[in-house]
Amino acid sequence: VFRLEARPNPSKSWSVASPLLALAITVLIGVIIFAVMGKAPLIALSMFFWEPIKSAYALSELAVKATPLLVIALGLAVCFRSNIWNIGAEGQFVIGAICGGGVALLAEKHTGVWIVAAVLLAGTLGGMLWAAVVALLRDRFNANEILTSLMLVYVATFLLTYLVFGPWKDPNGYNFPQSKTFEMVTQIPRLMEGSRVSIGLIIALIGVGALWVYLFRTFSGFQLQVGGLAPHAARYAGFSSRKALWTALLISGGAAGLAGALEVAGPIGQLTPYVPAGYGFAAIIVAFVGRLHPVGIVFAAILMSMFYIGGELAQSRLGLSKSLTGVFQGLLLFTLLACDTLIAYRIKWYGWKR
Amino acid sequence: MNEFALLVAATLSAGTVLAIAALGLLINEKAGIVNLGAEGLMLCAAIAGFATVVHTGNDWIGFLAGMGAGALLAALFGVMVIWLNTNQYATGLALSLFGAGISAFMGVTYVQEKLPERASFSLPFLSDIPLLGTAIFKQHPLVYLAFFLALAIVVFLYKTRAGLVLRSVGESPESAHALGYPVRRIRLLAVMFGGAMCGLAGAYLSIVYTPLWVEGMVAGKGWIALALTTFATWRPARVLLGAYLFGGVTMLQFALQSRGVEISEQLLSMTPYIATIVVLALISRNPAWIRINMPQSLGKPFYPGA
Repeated sequence: VFRLEARPNPSKSWSVASPLLALAITVLIGVIIFAVMGKAPLIALSMFFWEPIKSAYALSELAVKATPLLVIALGLAVCFRSNIWNIGAEGQFVIGAICGGGVALLAEKHTGVWIVAAVLLAGTLGGMLWAAVVALLRDRFNANEILTSLMLVYVATFLLTYLVFGPWKDPNGYNFPQSKTFEMVTQIPRLMEGSRVSIGLIIALIGVGALWVYLFRTFSGFQLQVGGLAPHAARYAGFSSRKALWTALLISGGAAGLAGALEVAGPIGQLTPYVPAGYGFAAIIVAFVGRLHPVGIVFAAILMSMFYIGGELAQSRLGLSKSLTGVFQGLLLFTLLACDTLIAYRIKWYGWKR
Repeated sequence: MNEFALLVAATLSAGTVLAIAALGLLINEKAGIVNLGAEGLMLCAAIAGFATVVHTGNDWIGFLAGMGAGALLAALFGVMVIWLNTNQYATGLALSLFGAGISAFMGVTYVQEKLPERASFSLPFLSDIPLLGTAIFKQHPLVYLAFFLALAIVVFLYKTRAGLVLRSVGESPESAHALGYPVRRIRLLAVMFGGAMCGLAGAYLSIVYTPLWVEGMVAGKGWIALALTTFATWRPARVLLGAYLFGGVTMLQFALQSRGVEISEQLLSMTPYIATIVVLALISRNPAWIRINMPQSLGKPFYPGA
């Protein structure tokens, strides 16, 4: 019926249009789902695309959700550009939260504000350590990083539940599995009164700039991308694939760990079994939808946090399940991958008869 | 001793989930396609099977529903990677994320549901043998099916012409195409078979093994099944062995707990995942060995005439 015909060069315009087309198809499927569930599609859609941006407060909540997604996705972009499939950012996020939270628990009432820096540093180092395990296993034992990084997500999550059910459980917490609430001094400083937006957003935006410079203005970033696009060319040029592996995993692990520390010392304020909220997996979608480009990732992170907030609103106001968020996230990645075919191929229609 | 027999029985039951899924995935990997969506397929099949049993009260219709759901989603994946040439890793990952989302969404109303009381299975005469009867012959029929499946796959892959064609599609799709075999259709069928088996495994999990529905209940078993095909260097008999070894690791944790060993439940729960990492590292240590055994076109796209 039709054939794909390889384009001589990848289409620039389709690489921008494809995420938009994918979003349009996802919304269309969403409308069908809402209609089937007996909800007015327009009202349901407004939960996702209007409510999160309609007021200054709503926008600030959007930024709160977008911050961890942005930070993690920036790191993942480095990994995916060098063709290293770190899909365990969720685990690195959790370890970052554990390490950051561990330092925050040490703080006392009169500890100085420097503790915030220590919390963030501990989170970053923790995430790097967790990703380093993946790098080591790949480097030394040739073990597939997809499987090892994913298995480590489960290990990290069980470590967190062990800590909050055991040694770090709040003795005055009525036996709830959670740590004691962190001292106020560890709270990530907020940008303004009346909103939860913290300096985490500034850090994320600095990350956007840093990633742009790293990818497009440094030799190391160049080497990394050549290794991802054309491993043979990279080897011929003498670029070390081992160095690329370690760099990419340490950067992405550190970013995910930082996001974890920002999250526990920011909006959450203590360690609970509910710290893993799927940001690490959603960030994979953010990275792809954002075309692995720092600026694209900003838009994708905003879109993805709309999905999160919309899902919560759809649950509280329309009685739809919050898990709708996950459905839309998955659908978006699916449709994006399908639409991306148009970047490298054009569709040639032969009619129904052959 | 009776305790040991019960442990063996539990191991067989736990290993069955992994065995059925991994044997299915083996077929699509032999045809050159890696399906990282196994976890998502199993989740969707688990809720599809569970919901069907809640409504019909018949386990077997539930298994069929699980297989159908698995095959259908796998077909979607297959069309994308085979005809639209999308990246196999990314598409599989999308399937896993989507499966986790849609199964949670569909399953909301089934979280509190219970399945009707079921008859226990036992083979006549054999189950009366002391010890051995308890250990091996009082299992759900699907446990024995896993063995037949492994046997059937060995015969299919290495003793039939169709199996040879399937392997050639995985080793060298260009040659198979040049010989006139419909490479893409064969790959789609293999992917759908893998999906159906993942579906059966997922339905077994929610209908027989647990039996209830909880969000995310597959808990990485799809990923472990994917790792198993590598552990087994793509040999069916070794897949079966690996599946029961991992079933044993899972059960060991409960056995230790019941004996009052002083290790936290959460730390013990890590063992199957850590074991997967360790075994994967040990098996992959020799890249040449993996390369010799791996289907040569595994994970690579094939587009005739492109």
